[in-house]
Amino acid sequence: MADIVAGIATSHVPAIGAALDLGKTGEPYWQPVFKGYEFVKGWLAEQKPDVIILVYNDHASAFSLELIPTFAIGCAESFAPADEGWGPRPVPVVQGHPELAWHIAQALILDEIDMTIVNKMDVDHGLTVPLSLLFGQPQSWPCPVIPLAVNVVQYPPPTGNRCYQLGKAIRRAVASFEPDLKVMIVGTGGMSHQLQGPRAGFINTPFDTAFLDGLTRDPVGLSKIPHIEYVREAGSEGIELVMWLVMRGALADDAKEVHRFYHVPASNSAVGHIILQNPKE
Amino acid sequence: MSEYSKAFEDIPGTVVFDATQSRIGYHLNMFCMSLMKADARAAFKADEAGYLRRFPMTDAQRAAVLARDYNGMIAQGGNIYFLAKIGATDGFSFQNLASKMTGMTEEAYRNMMIAGGRSPEGNRSKKEQNG
Repeated sequence: MADIVAGIATSHVPAIGAALDLGKTGEPYWQPVFKGYEFVKGWLAEQKPDVIILVYNDHASAFSLELIPTFAIGCAESFAPADEGWGPRPVPVVQGHPELAWHIAQALILDEIDMTIVNKMDVDHGLTVPLSLLFGQPQSWPCPVIPLAVNVVQYPPPTGNRCYQLGKAIRRAVASFEPDLKVMIVGTGGMSHQLQGPRAGFINTPFDTAFLDGLTRDPVGLSKIPHIEYVREAGSEGIELVMWLVMRGALADDAKEVHRFYHVPASNSAVGHIILQNPKE
Repeated sequence: MSEYSKAFEDIPGTVVFDATQSRIGYHLNMFCMSLMKADARAAFKADEAGYLRRFPMTDAQRAAVLARDYNGMIAQGGNIYFLAKIGATDGFSFQNLASKMTGMTEEAYRNMMIAGGRSPEGNRSKKEQNG
């Protein structure tokens, strides 16, 4: 049986990808950011997940305003890095896991969560920057990745509770997949940041800290935060944090914190990262 | 306007990309989307006004693009992730665009971020600011 053993959350700031790709990781500005991800790289090398489900949002790369799926699951064999205006990032093509992805899509729809199924999709920094932070710069990514895109660009995005419930349904779906697979789920985006208007640069460290604490202490409480509170307290793009709730929902209620990292700034954002592990059964 | 959308109006210095903004900004944003291709970026740079006429935008939207008035584009339905493609075409980073929208120099904005960013205090609510 397949089983979700752990969840990871991380910001997906595009400038982090640019710093990596341009060899700037040793610069004083970037050093603390990359230092914060040394632990997870070693931890993942030990844990060796078979598949990763990566929850992210597309930033007007694969989806324009012509088509805006609230939840979309990538079922393709592979996903190419998107050209976001500077050419594609020089990172490996992402290999999917069509068999598990289709199984999850089918199970979710029958569980009354109406997914959009995607068979052709380029993946932008929302997906590739987290992979770079978790795995560094390998010739190929060490395991297949199932992209799960959440709309957080067009309001309204899904509610926090819907994201949390999606996570729970993903857990049920994975548990009903016959082959033995060690699965991890990654939630990305956030933490507090605002990219637009006179309020750009907004950062709220107390809110972010409470959110990190809440992932273990009170995830149900986090799932009830309304959109207006995210925008008010975490900045207009802090709404991305609803994607962390998909990850949290997919774990056991008593999942334990293994590691966390928080740093301000990376470009316009607060960088947050946490590892949560299910208890051994 | 729905109660849901109206509530966001209390947030200072922020335009939430809701149904109304998406509707009025559709062609502006789709123009931005066209800049995803290198030949389109070259065509735009060669004749900006002519290129903009290919899209059924309002004259005010076209003027805001030509002036690189990002706050003006946002007010007229532009979404920041789409508008960033204009910035990329001009060779500017997200941080550069953000500094422009705040009216700060890029250096001052960068220093504000290094010092911990813009504080939530006094920036949560227009009612709070006026009260």
